[in-house]
Parts: sequence; C-alpha cells; structure tokens
Amino acid sequence: MIRSRAIIRSLPKASTSSSRQIGISAGSVRSLATVSDPPVRHYGGLKDQDRIFTNLYCKHDHGLKGAQARGDWHKTKEIIHKGDSWIIQTIKDSGLRGRGGAGFPSGLKWSFMNKPGWEKDPRPRYLVVNADEGEPGTCKDREIMRGDPHKLVEGCLVAGRAMNANAAYIYIRGEFYQEASHVQQAIDEAYKAGLIGKNACNSGYDFDVYLHRGAGAYICGEETALIESIEGKQGKPRLKPPFPADVGLFGCPTTVANVETVAVAPTIARRGGSWFAGFGRERNSGTKVYCVSGHVNNPCVIEEEMSIPLQELLEKHCGGIRGGWQNLKGIIPGGCSVPVIPRSDCEKVLMDYDSLKDAQTSLGTGAVIVMDQTTDMISAIARFSKFYKHESCGQCTPCREGTTWMMNMMDRMVEGRAQEREIDMLLELTKQVEGHTICALGDAAAWPIQGLMRHFRPEVEARLAAFHAKNGQTLFGGALLSEADKRYAIPDNLGGDATRNIAQQISAP
Amino acid sequence: MLRRIAQKNIARVAGPSRARLLSTSAPRQADITLTIDGKEVTVPQGTALIQACEQAGAAVPRFCYHDRLAIAGNCRMCLVEVERSPKPVASCAMPAMPGSKVFTNTPLVHKAREGVMEFLLANHPLDCPICDQGGECDLQDQSMRYGSDRTRFHEITGKRAVENKDLGPIVKTSMNRCIQCTRCVRFANDVAGVEDLGTTGRGNDLQIGMYIEKTMDSEMSGNIIDLCPVGALTSKPYAFQARPWELKKTESVDVLDAVGSNIRVDSRGVQVMRVQPKINDEMNEEWISDKTRYAYDGLKYQRLTTPLVREGDRFVPASWETAMETIRHGYLNSGARNDEIKAVAGSLADTEALVALKDLVNRLGSENLTLDSKLGDKPPTQSTDIRSNYLFNTAIENVEDADAVLLIGTNPRHEAATINSRFRKSFLHRGAEFAVIGEKFDSTFEYEHLGTSPKDVEAFLAGKGNKGFAKIWKEAKKPLLIVGSAVTETQDGAAVLKAVGKHVLDNGSKFLTPEWNGFSVLQRAASRAAAYDIGFTPSSSASSVKPKFVYLLNADDVDPSTIPEDAFVVYQGHHGDFGAQFADVCLPAAAYTEKAATWINTEGRSQMGRTAVPPPGASREDWKIIRALSEVIGNPLPYDDTLQIRQRMFDISPTLVRYDHIEKPSLEIVKTGLQLLSSLSSSAASSNPLKKPIEDFYRTDPISRASVTMADCSKAFTKKQYELSDVDGQAQASFA
Repeated sequence: MIRSRAIIRSLPKASTSSSRQIGISAGSVRSLATVSDPPVRHYGGLKDQDRIFTNLYCKHDHGLKGAQARGDWHKTKEIIHKGDSWIIQTIKDSGLRGRGGAGFPSGLKWSFMNKPGWEKDPRPRYLVVNADEGEPGTCKDREIMRGDPHKLVEGCLVAGRAMNANAAYIYIRGEFYQEASHVQQAIDEAYKAGLIGKNACNSGYDFDVYLHRGAGAYICGEETALIESIEGKQGKPRLKPPFPADVGLFGCPTTVANVETVAVAPTIARRGGSWFAGFGRERNSGTKVYCVSGHVNNPCVIEEEMSIPLQELLEKHCGGIRGGWQNLKGIIPGGCSVPVIPRSDCEKVLMDYDSLKDAQTSLGTGAVIVMDQTTDMISAIARFSKFYKHESCGQCTPCREGTTWMMNMMDRMVEGRAQEREIDMLLELTKQVEGHTICALGDAAAWPIQGLMRHFRPEVEARLAAFHAKNGQTLFGGALLSEADKRYAIPDNLGGDATRNIAQQISAP
Repeated sequence: MLRRIAQKNIARVAGPSRARLLSTSAPRQADITLTIDGKEVTVPQGTALIQACEQAGAAVPRFCYHDRLAIAGNCRMCLVEVERSPKPVASCAMPAMPGSKVFTNTPLVHKAREGVMEFLLANHPLDCPICDQGGECDLQDQSMRYGSDRTRFHEITGKRAVENKDLGPIVKTSMNRCIQCTRCVRFANDVAGVEDLGTTGRGNDLQIGMYIEKTMDSEMSGNIIDLCPVGALTSKPYAFQARPWELKKTESVDVLDAVGSNIRVDSRGVQVMRVQPKINDEMNEEWISDKTRYAYDGLKYQRLTTPLVREGDRFVPASWETAMETIRHGYLNSGARNDEIKAVAGSLADTEALVALKDLVNRLGSENLTLDSKLGDKPPTQSTDIRSNYLFNTAIENVEDADAVLLIGTNPRHEAATINSRFRKSFLHRGAEFAVIGEKFDSTFEYEHLGTSPKDVEAFLAGKGNKGFAKIWKEAKKPLLIVGSAVTETQDGAAVLKAVGKHVLDNGSKFLTPEWNGFSVLQRAASRAAAYDIGFTPSSSASSVKPKFVYLLNADDVDPSTIPEDAFVVYQGHHGDFGAQFADVCLPAAAYTEKAATWINTEGRSQMGRTAVPPPGASREDWKIIRALSEVIGNPLPYDDTLQIRQRMFDISPTLVRYDHIEKPSLEIVKTGLQLLSSLSSSAASSNPLKKPIEDFYRTDPISRASVTMADCSKAFTKKQYELSDVDGQAQASFA
C-alpha cells in the first residue's frame, strides 16, 4: 500500500519537465474560484541533462579528455573574464548553499573575500577546498573527485576568480588514495594544458592549485583545523573571530569551501543562476549529491534535485528499504552528526535544509543512513559517541570531557546498566556540551544522542528495565546495587533514593 | 587586575616614560563603549571582552586566560552572554564590540559555567587534601564559587589516569590533575623559549609534555608552577612544606642578579618557605628566574650565625664584644695607615652597608675602596662620575621597543633572565633583530654572531660590512647597544667602551633622542650600581698600595692574590663561603631576606628590600655592624638609626632613597659621559675573546652556592647529568 502511494506520488514526476506549465495552465482554467491553491510542485526526478556530475560512477574517462567531452573547461576563459562580481552574483542568484553541512549561502560567503579596499591588501589570498570527507556515511565528495576531478579543478579556478584568490589548496582526506591520484592527475593535466597556473585558460589570471593530503583526523574537516593542518600544525580548530576571510591560511584571507560547492560553480556559471535556482524549493535550490547507505536494497550515491521527498529518494534510487517500508526504524538524513528521525517523520520530510530543520534534524552532508528494524538503535548511536570521543581534538573542555563521558554513558545504555534518571542526565550533558565548544564537533557529538532520546526513549527505557529485571537495580554510574557495600547508606546522588523507592514499592503490597 | 591597570596608567603618564606616549607606543586605538551587566564601560578598541568585564567590575572565572600569555580560549570557563548571539561567547577570545550588551550574571551564563566546571572536575582527582596547590588553587576556588554542589560523575570506568612527566629538579608534575589549559605550553613557547613543551594525543588523551622524555631546560621554568591553575605543576623543593594560609608574605626585592626583580617572600616563623614573583610591569612583569625563586634554601645552610675569631687554623665562636675587640687589636697591630686600609665590597652588599663602610674607611684616611670583581681593585675603566656610563639607561620596560639589539660580551639569559624574556617577546612579536659579539650562548632568540673579540667590536662599530645585521643596524630606528658588565672587567674594557662611546655619539640622532637612549650597560651584581653611585671605587694612587688591613664586605668573588698574607682580614657577610676563609675575624650579617635595605638595580632604580624573617643567631644588619665597629675603633659614624643613615644616603645622592623611581639623566649629561668614554686612553683592542662571566647560572653567589636546589639544577641543566626518574617502573599514586 505504501508502495502504491509512492507510485501515485511519483506519477506527476513522470512529466516533471512540464509540471510548472501544467500548474500555471490549471490556475488559468479555474477562473471562477476566488481562492486558488498555489500549484503543488513536486520535487525530484532530476533528468539526465540537468545532472552536473555526469561521471559519478566512474564509467567514463576521468581525465582531461573525457572531462572536456562532458563539457568541463568549456568557455572557462569567458567566465573568468566576466569578473568576480559577476560570478558571485550568479552564485547568489543560483541560491547555492554550502554543501558541507552548515548550508551557508555560498555567494555571500565568497563575497566576504572582496571587502571594500581588498585590492590594497598586499597579502596573498587563498581558496581552500575541504576534501577531508570524514563524516561517517558520507561519500559524495569521494565520488566527485574520483569521477569528475576536473569539475573540482575548474571549480577552484572559477571560485578562486570570484574571490580573487591567488591559489587553491585542496585538502584531501589521507585515506583517499585513488581520489588523490585522480585529483593530482587532473591538476597536472590542467597545468599542462594551460588551464591553470600562470595565465590560466589564457585569461590573464594567474592561479595555482595545490593538493594537500591529510593524515586521517576527522577534526581536520573543520575549516580552521584544516587551515592549521595545512600550515603543518596540530589540527585543532582556531578561535573565531578572526574569521578565515580576515586571517586564514598562513595569516591571509581565506575561504574554505566544500568540494561539491566548488565543483558545481562552473556549471552554474555556464548554465546560469536561474537554471540552478529552478531546482528545489525556495532557499533550498539546486541539485545535490546524496549518498544513501544502510538497510536499503541498493545503497548508492545519486545526484538528485533538492527537496526530493526522502521516501521517494529511497524508493526510486535505492530500491526501497530492506524488507519494505514498514521495516524501517529510523533514518539519519545527513551524516552521523545529525539526529535520527523515526519512520513517521521519514514519510513527511523533504531532503532539503529547511524541511529537515523543521523535523529537528539537518541535511548535513546529504548522507542518508537507513536503519531497519533489525538495528539496535542504542548501539548505533553509542557507536557514534565512540567515534566522536575518538575524534575530539581535546582542546576545549566541554568536548574533551563531554564526549568521553557521553560515550561511557551510552555504552552503559546499550547494556542497560543505568538508572532511568540517567537518561535525563545524559540529555543534560549533551546540552552542556552543545554550543559551548570552539568548533561544531561538540554539537555533532551531542545531537545524535538527543535524537535518540527524542524518538526512541521507550526503547532505551525498556533496555534498562530488562537489565534491572535480570541483574537488579543499578546505581548512578553503573555499579550494581547488589555489589554495593551494604554497611553504608547509599546517597541520593548515587541513586539511593530511587532504589529505596523501588524497595518500598516492592514491600508495600 | 584593575589596580594593576591603574598603576600602569599612572606610571605611563607620570613616570619617566611620558614622552613615549606620543611617539613610540603603539598608536592608541579609539575608545569604544559597551554595556556590561547594565553598566557602561569605555575601553580601547581591541580589548578582550574579559578585560572589559573586569573593568566593569564583573568577575569572570577563567583558567586558560592569562593576560601575559597568548589567548587559547580552550577552558570555556569565561563564557558570557552577548545580546543577539545565540550561543554563549568565550569572553577571553572575543574582542569587545562597540554598543554590544554583555551579561555575566544570567541563568544561561551560570548554567554554562556550572557545566564547564562539572566537566573539568569529572576527570580531576579529589586530591585536594594532599595537593600542594590547595588553598591557592583556581579550580578549588572557582568550583566553590561557580560549580555545582554535588557530583554526578560516578562512572564505573573511573577517572582518567595520566603518567607523570619528569621535568627536572624544579617542577613536580601530577598530570592526573591537569585540566589542559595549556598555560604552561604557551609560557614555555612564548616567554621561556622552550619550544619542545606542547600537547600530544587528542581528545581525552591529550597530554602536556615534551613527547620524548626530557627535562624542561630553562632558567624560567619555575614560572609555570605559578601559572598552573591547578596542582598539576607544583614546586618540587617546596613539596609538602607549607600551606599558603600559614605563610607570612613580605614584598621585597631579589638580589641574586642586578635586575632587582620584585618578589614576595613567603615565610613561616624564622624560615623562608618560598619566593614568588611580585608583579611589576616596569621590571620583571610577572616572572622571576629559577635562581631568584629557588636559591632561598641556601639561606639555611652554611650560615655565619656567631662572630668567629681565627685561632691558628680554625675559627672559634666568640661574642660580638670579643670579635670587635679582636678587630680593633688587629687593626692597630697591623699598623695600617691611610690607603693601607682596604675595603672590598661583594655583589650582595646592600647600599646602607656600602655607605657606612665607605664613610668609615674614608674617616680612617683611606681611599682604597674596591670591588670583588676582576680588576675591581683598580679604578673602574669607565668613568663612574657620569651615571649613564654604567647603568642600563634604556630601562627594562623599553627594551621591547628596540628594533635591533647588539649584545657585547654578555649573555642576558644568565645575567638578567627577566630582561631576556623581554628580548624573546620582541623577537617573537616585533621581529627585532639581534647580534652578539662575544662568546656564543644558547639564546631564546635568534642572533647573528659577529665575532668574539674586542677587535671585532671595533671592526663592526667602525661600520665595516653592509650585509645581514650590519645593514639592519644601520637602518635601525631604535638601536640598542648593550655592553656586558664583564667587558669592563677585562684589559680590553677601555678599548671596547671607547669604540662604543664613539659609535653612539656618531649616531646620536638614533641612539640619543628625548624618548630613546640606546646605550646600556648591563650589570650582573646587585650591589654594583650602588657601589658606583656612592663612589665605592679606589683612587689610582690607593689601588697600588699594598694593604695591611682588609675589610671584606660580602666579598666572595675576591681574587686571593689581592689579599696579602700578613694583612689583618675581616669578613662580614652571611655565608661561610669563599671570602670567609681568608678572614681573621668573621662577622655574621643578615641576608637579603633578613634586613630592610636599599638596592640599586642595573637601571639605577632604587628599591627597598624588606625584612621577612629575623637574621639567624647573633647575626645583625650590615650597616649596624659597621656602625658598631666604628665605635670600637674610636671613630664613630654619625648615624644611629635607619632614618639617619638614609639621610646620609640622601646627602650623597638623592637618587639612592628615591624609591621605585629611575632618575633619568639629561641628554647633555649622557653625551658628556660618552665623550669621556670615547676619549679613554686605551691600548689597541686585542683579539682575546670576550668570555661569558657566568659559567654556571645556578651557582653565582654565596646563597645559591649553599642551596641544595641550585646544586640539583646545576647538575641537571649546566652539567646535563640529570637522571630521569623511571616513570614506567614505579607505581604512580596520584599523590606521588
């Protein structure tokens, strides 16, 4: 039944190209009505000719020749000649928002580099491309760099021109060996063909591109930690302000942008901002590379229109949930740092920034992690907590101490070795971490736990109850009541009052 | 803090550096106004929010923030609420913005502080009863004030355990207590110049250390003990000795080098328990060297506590009366007349004693007043008639402004460690360039080595060479030329000073301006400037006389060949060190912590040392001993109490008693002095290398030579014979 609903939903999608015209003509027919509902537009079903990344699956040549055959480096010179303000305006018109997770409007961000009087600043200026894709569940940049590295290199040039940068540094995750080779190959080819370097594309603009391989720390994906890492220091986030646009890489104005954000820029410049803005809902426009993993029949990386319903994304491209939609337990829609949403929400949400935000989660990187009923949700989130504990840089207190503490508590929750009140305490801890740290890793560690408790708290409580039924009550911190020293009263802050209450309840009847 | 700012402002306006305000200090930024807890404050632009809060009287707790170190912003304790900011803001890392509204006392802020405090305490062991930091621990104080009243941390996995590091004989570590504020790391890197201290590991495993096991080889390492807000870094020599509330605190002056660092002597009963820095922005800021800090245990050993009279080849304790009588007899029997009476003053002689001794010796008809340095029994090379010829004219707080510094025959790291930390600062933050002529040393800044001999000095100052530092030196706007005190103690002193005097005069437009004096002499002995000030120098005729009666006042570096076998020798001092062994009579005197005395530092700044503990045994204050002796000898000095001798000092030179103030000479006087230097008659400069006067920083004077801690330091850092304790092998209790 659910399936059929999905099919019905996807019916108008068959004629997406004309859906707008249909809506308009339908409105003009209903001339007698005083109030007309705005035409319902359905999102999704991106057509092949609208795809930006045409070699996502590495079926074609990733080298310069193949890339040029797919339209890369076409009239790049003209784009560069149009100048910084034209490119930035085009990006602004396109409504492109950062694809790395935070979703900051890219045109606006790039324009911070061109403050009034920037010409007088003698410092060099840098574009840094964040290719340190380490978020569990995310593998979009990886496919882009493997299949379409020239899109990225060209994007560096276009975005670099927009912010008047002298050079681009691509900071690639150390584990991406093949991807690094492909990107390096693309850079070498582009240099050789005169597309970048001195007088890039014969435009008179000098622009260098460097590839820098990381050493496998998740935190180096944070923009300022990434800058530190390129500078050869420990990858620890810097304090902001000053923001990188003022003091960034090597103390120079810098903008850090995600691979996907940069790689779509040339196509937007070629096809126009309005073309890109035509996809997706307002303020969430464009196409997006989603990476779906987990309990779907066909996990995949797929470029789709923004605002595609989550259910449709899964049904259409991934062959549906393993064992049918009813078998779905929950989905993490944007990589491991965003809260999980239950099935009821999954049926409603659209895959864009605002819709997911309304569902108290986030689009993040667009990494959809699907979990069916076989998943132990507590254990899954506990694994994330372990990840964040391992990847915390240790610089600031709430994250350093909080991630460890949260991990320890989550590990106990998996077993059930905790008091019920500790669920609230754990939530409080997440609130104590969230928003108090230097970078967003603390938030990222806190959100999955909050999501778990928001939607799956009964499951946690059941786990605790089962443990208590088997092993007796536990005290705060996980010690068993039966192992406690009976000679002393158990203080309330160790859970003494709770155990006494339970004892009374048992003895009362 | 507020008081400190206020003091600094007053000093800037009223002090000797008034002229700096206009031309050389960083351009004063426009003031901005913001509202903190409903109270408007005006601060210069670029001020950190936390300082603005301080100014508004709102106390903001902090661990990592320290106003003399770089900003880390990692403890997150200083979170405050700023209007229109969704998240609480770390006030130490946020510049104050005009018109912003800041709240430090809202539920959000309280919650944030309580949360951070809970996290800090989660892995902090409950060591307080056995922790040396107890009573002066930031974590203890702030958890009482801002923390929750009970713990929620009961994890069965327990608390973090961290291996202790062995940083040498001074710093004791208990790394379980560390809260990773990185103050020590920033101090080591930015101030002390030990770049190998850092953090290793990440997340909860983040550790402070050197990565490889080694000691923290720095003469400033003790300061990280003060900086540590918890008990992770405590003092090894002071371990388990006292609690802070038991100590009497006396603000005083250090005398183990010529900087005159301001210190606070903490004592219990008759014992000095420890020495801490006292903040003085014009001098030592907030730092003191390890010698200043840890030589105090030398005050307990090798002390002269009763008068001693030589009987054959041994000393016999005697009463003061006997000792004085013996001296009188010795003096009369020696038949010493006029210049045959010789006084030798050492580096730890206070100004009062110098004045009294000079008066006494002069009254007995002698001009033979000498110092215990090399060539100290000859008239000084530089003419001491002009003060600027032997003082650090630039003033310590101004050395940071120099853009090029030439050091001749001096190692500031050992001769004036706290001044050296300012060099490091200007090297790091202002890009100042340095060059050295003389023996090479392990510096905390990069320098160009221009040569080793007086000949090289002459060659360089004659303007030969146009590359590297020579070019920088010519283009420098504020050059600073520092001549070490050891230079004047060599035969080549005159030649070097002549070349320097000429060079400075020739480039007077850069060296000598109303706001900048780029010619400085760096003294290394606490008493030297005072000795020159009062004229404690021999006349040339006197210096050639063979003495019959020698009075050693704290003279422990004296050349034995200058003491004739048959002369009658009196030693007055506090330690049975080198000088005492020549004596016929030893008179026990007070050490610097035991007397109220005046000290003139290398800048010519007069400072008052105060009595922290009583002198041990029968020992007495120095000038009183000399006064008593004058009575016995029958030529009583005309002052009976401290006020009268200070009056006498005022008569000699008013600067001696104008405390905490530098009397700046006029440009004309400085130039006259330099002309005297440039017209010195000298033999041609030799190519004998200029040697470092201090071979072992930790053993330079009777006090540090008697100190066990300094002996350990010398072994560890000078001789590099420290054996790292076997950290892996032994059980590590948290209290160990």
